[in-house]
Amino acid sequence: MQQVPTSWFLMLAAALFTLGVAGFLFRRNIVTVFMSIELMLNAVNLSFVAFAHQHRQVDGHLYAFFVMVVAAAEAAVGLAIILTVFRNRGTLNIDDVDSMKD
Amino acid sequence: MQLWLIPLFPLAGFLVNGLLGRRFSRSLVNLFAIASVLLSFVWVLKTLYGLGDLPAAHVEHYFTWIRSGSLDIGCDFSVDRLTAVMLLVVTGIGSLIHIYAIGYMAHEGGYRRFFAYLNLFMFFMLTLVLAANFALLFVGWEGVGLCSYLLIGFYFDKPFATTAGNKAFIVNRIGDFGFSLAMFLIFVNFQTFDFARVFAQAPGAPVGTLTLIGLLLLVGACGKSAQLPLYVWLPDAMAGPTPVSALIHAATMVTAGVYMTARAWVIYAHAPAAMHTIAIVGIATAFFAATIGLAQNDIKKVFAYSTVSQLGYMFVGVGSGAFGAGIYHLVTHAFFKALLFLGAGSVIHALSGEQDMSKMGGLWKKIPWTFGTMACAAMAIAGVPWLSGFYSKDAILVAAYQQAPWIYWLGVATAGMTAFYVFRAMFLTFFGDYRGDRHPHESPPVMLVPLVILALLSLAGGALFPVPEFLRGFFHAAEAPEDFTLMAISVASGFIGIALAALMYLFKPGMAGAFAGRIGGLYKLVYNKYFVDEAYDAALVRPLVGGSRAVLWKAIDAAGIDGAVNGVGARARDVGALLQRIQSGNIRSYATWVALGAVLLIFVMGLAGGIVR
Repeated sequence: MQQVPTSWFLMLAAALFTLGVAGFLFRRNIVTVFMSIELMLNAVNLSFVAFAHQHRQVDGHLYAFFVMVVAAAEAAVGLAIILTVFRNRGTLNIDDVDSMKD
Repeated sequence: MQLWLIPLFPLAGFLVNGLLGRRFSRSLVNLFAIASVLLSFVWVLKTLYGLGDLPAAHVEHYFTWIRSGSLDIGCDFSVDRLTAVMLLVVTGIGSLIHIYAIGYMAHEGGYRRFFAYLNLFMFFMLTLVLAANFALLFVGWEGVGLCSYLLIGFYFDKPFATTAGNKAFIVNRIGDFGFSLAMFLIFVNFQTFDFARVFAQAPGAPVGTLTLIGLLLLVGACGKSAQLPLYVWLPDAMAGPTPVSALIHAATMVTAGVYMTARAWVIYAHAPAAMHTIAIVGIATAFFAATIGLAQNDIKKVFAYSTVSQLGYMFVGVGSGAFGAGIYHLVTHAFFKALLFLGAGSVIHALSGEQDMSKMGGLWKKIPWTFGTMACAAMAIAGVPWLSGFYSKDAILVAAYQQAPWIYWLGVATAGMTAFYVFRAMFLTFFGDYRGDRHPHESPPVMLVPLVILALLSLAGGALFPVPEFLRGFFHAAEAPEDFTLMAISVASGFIGIALAALMYLFKPGMAGAFAGRIGGLYKLVYNKYFVDEAYDAALVRPLVGGSRAVLWKAIDAAGIDGAVNGVGARARDVGALLQRIQSGNIRSYATWVALGAVLLIFVMGLAGGIVR
């Protein structure tokens, strides 16, 4: 059976990651930025799984699960923060949330 | 023989009065202070009686103090004939002065502190005298210096007293520096500090080494015994209470230098150049200080310069090879100079603190006992025949003549000046009309009894205690020939001095002022002590202080060290100020930095050829 080469998976992962980075850097809406982060994480997951498949080892799968757990926790905390920010500031524009520097 | 008990009694007195005496009554303080010194004196008598003739040194080893490599210093005490003489002087005169101080300090504050310090001084002085090696001697040497400092600055609320204490301490540092170097040289050459072993090896050592050791020891002695050029601290030391001047700055501590050079006589006997230097320093000091004494008006200052001058005599004795005569003069000087100071203290006490002789006069009727005893001391120091000063001074001068006649002639001139200034002080104080406004009263018996005992010792002490004979076996010195002519000349010089003083201050009181006016410039020079203090101030103190201020403080400390420390802080702040621009608070700019960093990292890794496995 013809297999899909690993490099294809990696290229897809790189494309997804780049999209995530671009979204993170250029979008102003916090929720969109947040989704970009998830996209980057899952791009990395994809490369982990691809390598695990190539090397026939389970480590990559394990890491993918770790990342998912962390991402889930991060989503919970992150959404809570976003909610609070919106409630306090009335905005989701990331450029307006820079009070940490003072 | 339990030698350790001798210094232990005063130490116990110091500890009891110093630590526990807060609520003691004055009589209880007296009890501990006086009893400790008297017990020490009794124990000295008992010890010396038990040791008998002392043909050789009696050494007691207590414990090893320092052991490191070939260095082995024990806490050893020894008694030989020289130590025996010193022990008797220190504890005997010390006891009398302690008793006197009860009366003198009766109206003073800090009573307990005073006696605690005085006892501590006795402890260190006895340690100095009993020590059987240079290191232990140095402990006593520094200890008496400390007590001297504490007691000069006893009236710590008076600035001149505290600065006088500082001056004594700092000038003594210079001498102690020389003494320390001498000790290092001794250890390098002899591998020991023990007197017995050093002096056994000394005759075999090269003359150059011995001369250097001798000269460095002399530097130490010059500091402690107030010789040229380090004498400047002693006249200022009179800021302390008068019993302190008598005990520490006349009878005992200042003679430690003479004791130390006499102790090291073997070294000097094999280093003639060093010994001759002692004689020259001694006679120069004796003459120089005597001239200053001629024109002082403060009664204690007169006796202070007299002490410097008489210490010079002792060094002439040691430096002429007549070690016994030097120690002899040390003993008789302790009698009559302690008496002169205590008498001066009695006068000051009688006049409620007046020290200026121009405001005294006619006191002999008011305080006859003080006058009578001081007259004995004055005659003794002037060298009136068969009194104590006569014997010791002539022993020194005859020995000096053997060494170098010019030293003898300067000594004779000094003897004349000594007689003059002492009798000048006597006449100004006790004769003529009273020029002050106080109400003189005789001192209490507790002060007069020590005066009377010391007066008897000043009169008969020379004949009673033939110290040179006693020490002849110890120093192995040749017997100095009796020379009637030399003796007569120096006695005549003394009498001329007395007669001149009588003429100028007793019979024609206006003459002194007229004479001083005639030689105006010279008189001013002497009256102002040759401006030595001012010269030292200009030549040494000011450049040192100025240099320290400009270089050590401003340049090195403030600019260099502080600059380095502050500079590190300031640069860190500058870098922080630069970097804080990155900290915009804008999340997207942070993310840009992260992304750029990641790209840079990947780029660098690509250039380096991937991760090294």
